[in-house]
Amino acid sequence: MSILVDEKTQVIVQGITGRDGSFHTQGMLEYGTKVVAGVTPGKGGSMVHGVPVHDSVAEARAATGANTSVIYVPAAFAADAIYEAIDGGVKLVVCISEGIPVNDMIEVYAAVERSSSRLIGPNCPGLISPGKAKVGILPGFIHQPGEVGLVSRSGTLTYQVVDLLTRAGIGQSTCIGIGGDPIIGTNFLDALEMFENDPQTKAVVMIGEIGGTDEQEAARFVKSSMTKPVVGFIAGRTAPPGKRMGHAGAIISGGGGSAQEKTEALNAAGIPVARVPSDIPGLVLKVLGRG
Amino acid sequence: MNIHEYQAKEVFAGYGIPVLPGKVATTPDEAARIAAELGGTVVVKAQVHTGGRGKAGGVKLASGPEEARRHAETILALDIKGHPVRKVLIVPAAEIAKEYYLAVTLDRAAKRPVIIASASGGMDIEEVARRTPEKIHRFHLDGPGTFRSYQARQVAAKIEPRRSVFPKMATVLERLVEAYWATDASLVEINPLALTPGGDVLALDAKISIDDNAMYRQPRLAAFREDESEHARIARETGLSYVPLEGTIGCVVNGAGLAMATMDLIKHYGGEPANFLDIGGSSNPEKVTTAMRIILADPEVKAILFNIFGGITRCDDVARGIVLALEGFSIQVPVVVRLTGTNEEAAKAILAQAKGVEPADTMDAAVKLVIARAGGPRA
Repeated sequence: MSILVDEKTQVIVQGITGRDGSFHTQGMLEYGTKVVAGVTPGKGGSMVHGVPVHDSVAEARAATGANTSVIYVPAAFAADAIYEAIDGGVKLVVCISEGIPVNDMIEVYAAVERSSSRLIGPNCPGLISPGKAKVGILPGFIHQPGEVGLVSRSGTLTYQVVDLLTRAGIGQSTCIGIGGDPIIGTNFLDALEMFENDPQTKAVVMIGEIGGTDEQEAARFVKSSMTKPVVGFIAGRTAPPGKRMGHAGAIISGGGGSAQEKTEALNAAGIPVARVPSDIPGLVLKVLGRG
Repeated sequence: MNIHEYQAKEVFAGYGIPVLPGKVATTPDEAARIAAELGGTVVVKAQVHTGGRGKAGGVKLASGPEEARRHAETILALDIKGHPVRKVLIVPAAEIAKEYYLAVTLDRAAKRPVIIASASGGMDIEEVARRTPEKIHRFHLDGPGTFRSYQARQVAAKIEPRRSVFPKMATVLERLVEAYWATDASLVEINPLALTPGGDVLALDAKISIDDNAMYRQPRLAAFREDESEHARIARETGLSYVPLEGTIGCVVNGAGLAMATMDLIKHYGGEPANFLDIGGSSNPEKVTTAMRIILADPEVKAILFNIFGGITRCDDVARGIVLALEGFSIQVPVVVRLTGTNEEAAKAILAQAKGVEPADTMDAAVKLVIARAGGPRA
């Protein structure tokens, strides 16, 4: 088991003929992901890396029955691509695109809530169930199948932590990058709940950062409803307040969102928080009783 | 992106929110001229992208042109929380019977905007929220065009039940909500919204923050942009996320989370980061070159750290990019490079041949090395 994606997952790539879409389609295929269709309006009938291209998600769905899509279209068109996927009945929509205006995401989020689809992202690296499938842009070779779930707001910091885990002999069940924007489809709490219900996952690593209160809410959930151990890390301890640190959502505002506040919330829920990324594998081994 | 009070007032006026006519001055003489034009008592207000202007001496009453000139001279020489004052706004002083607070901002947890209204205006709203939370009223919004007039009246009546006032306040609130959506704001704020002895409501201050992701469709507001420095402008135009800090170790990192974690690790091992700098997912040579130019311009920088997790980008390509970028500069400070990902070994071989570059194997090793090169950890 794993969560959200596995060896049976069939994927539609929205924006497959673009530079990023084409490049990462090849990467997903090389990893063994079943990429069965692509979508680029006006380019239906062509092929990209042997994958047939359709003009719409509805056509791609009708031709393949795939129920997962990954979006690599420019920000200005990304909200529309998400609507097209959920209206087309895609169950899992992964939006890699960065830069979608917040006002658009407010409406997208409400539409996703009304639908039966799950959205991951936007502004995220996607997700991977090692040895089974990757949907997104994560480097597959650093991963190793195993029993630790990982959820993160970041991209390259996730790779850094996965690399440390793999080098320490700790494999992963599923790694999800939930995205660095203020409004995202799947938050920490949602991912933790899925990991709690996944038999393969024995422990979870949660990589948070400054801004917002998702980590604090997740901590309360861990305390009230999780049986599996969680190890945390919060990036941005040295970030000055009021400055956006790269991610649209990574900003300490007057209302809060500092690393200290988040670390305290995690600790209060009994979650050990690593001081530095290289402490994470040791903490994981400890909570798994292997340390 | 934040815009100045005078710009925000111009935007608000466009949506029919009542503001007092004022003008901006960049010199004391200009301030005196505007004060003479307006006549009577005026307020001289520093225009800076930060709060707490009043406490910092950036807002002063002047009884006439001469006093306005003196105040402008003082205020234009101020630096408020690291923001030098380059402009002052001169507005007529208003008589105030009562002050309120009105704002619309994004509630991240609720995934939608929220109206914040309070009868305690003119104060720091976070302070009011801490001390007297019962004085703050909230109302969550759905999408654009969904806020009804009757709802605006309900919110307004909560902070001012007098029938002579709340309908006027409701109109201001409706227009503020309209401005929030139309300008792709993450915050629109009137603090204070004043009630005059004559019974009119007036926005005496104005604040708008705009969602950076939406700037592409807000050309009018984009024209208000004033970068804090030449380097901030270059970074933005090249697509780099750059935040200057006070330390001695320049950082070039790919990815925002890793860039934050790198700063944290530098501090953890006793160093001080000179900046946050995210060159983005694809570490192309142009971005690296621009990053180097910005960092080398900081006289405090004693050493530079590259922390690149290549992922699916080939590390040997990135290494060549770094070497190429470095060749264009005469670099007087040590450079430590940590590269991980595809073709890592080939990358290290390339870096080993480059002059003045020291490769490091892990993030921890790289950070410790760069701290040593910058003069060692703080005592």
